[in-house]
Amino acid sequence: MSFTPDIQAFCCHYTSQQTLAEGKEGLKEDGMPENVTLNRLVCTGKLQVSTLLKAFEDGADGVYVAGCPADTCHNVKGSQRAAKRVAAIKKALSELDVEPERIEMFHLERGFHPEFIEAAQVMNKRITELGPCPLKGEKK
Amino acid sequence: MIIAERKPINEIVNMVSDAKKILLLGCRGCVTVCSAGGEREVEILSSLIKLGMQKQGKSVEIIEGTLVRQCDKEYIDSIEQWKGQYDAIVSMACGVGVNFIANLMPSTRVYPAVNTSFFGGSADQGVWTEQCAGCGDCVLHLTGGLCPVARCAKSLMNGPCGGSVDGRCEIHPDVECIWQSIHDRLGRTGNADAMKAIAPIRDWSTAGHGGPRKTLRDDLTV
Ligand code: SF4
Ligand code: SF4
Repeated sequence: MSFTPDIQAFCCHYTSQQTLAEGKEGLKEDGMPENVTLNRLVCTGKLQVSTLLKAFEDGADGVYVAGCPADTCHNVKGSQRAAKRVAAIKKALSELDVEPERIEMFHLERGFHPEFIEAAQVMNKRITELGPCPLKGEKK
Repeated sequence: MIIAERKPINEIVNMVSDAKKILLLGCRGCVTVCSAGGEREVEILSSLIKLGMQKQGKSVEIIEGTLVRQCDKEYIDSIEQWKGQYDAIVSMACGVGVNFIANLMPSTRVYPAVNTSFFGGSADQGVWTEQCAGCGDCVLHLTGGLCPVARCAKSLMNGPCGGSVDGRCEIHPDVECIWQSIHDRLGRTGNADAMKAIAPIRDWSTAGHGGPRKTLRDDLTV
């Protein structure tokens, strides 16, 4: 049976400029999977662990965060903080016997870069292979 | 402050696996400061418990609350506001909080969400280290302000032992030999003679070896 994962992406203002400039249609043309929902933030450093967990509670199969390169974040350490929070959730997922790869941190250059689309494609491929998130319950 | 750390999430989920409604209680005291059991951690654990239960095909309702302290009767009494709305309490306070709930609410199921670890301080952002063991008969005036009970692996009263090498403890190269530091400090503070004093055999009854301890301040009781 084919499976289209629900993927929630949390991107900072700087890494997701492309979305604003190109709009939904433009992104689709670039190869952005339609099942990836973009949630834009001023800075990924603002992202709380509870917000990322809420995405799983709301039914996400995979979640990722796209922030600035670790050493050149617009807000100095914002993307480093986000990476630590993502790591904390990876640990919690492992404790629950759920694949930690269901959440990922990407450090991307600002502006218009194909890597922004690539990150979405990487996650889409990965989560499609993993299948539905076990946190949604064992529906038998 | 009391330093604690959240238990692995699956351990907590297993404790409450038959509960349908949980009152998840944080504490605004020490565990808020060491980021183990304050309001923010309550929010996170609430999500994790729901996800863990959902994974097992169960659903659970969670009421989130954070008390000013869980080590005071008056705040524990305020749990009354949620009466009848839960079938188990999960406390994110230190062990004192869990015990207080158990003492004061005889028929309520209560579970610990954290491992209470030690009395310590924040050495750096996100790093806490043990400083005192609450031995009940403080000797810091004799040891340059550095605690041999909590910070020497052997709780020696006359150190260092033969395992002290280059200021490091024999248990691990990352661990400072506190007795080396005590001697260094006594020397630097013009108190070198104190190093020659031999501490007598200690009475550990104040340290909990004589059973649970209690402090009674008559001037504060009416
Ligand atoms: S001597 Fe006892 S009371 Fe003093 S710091 Fe050490 S453990 Fe704490
Ligand atoms: S090396 Fe120092 S800190 Fe370690 S056990 Fe010996 S005296 Fe104590």
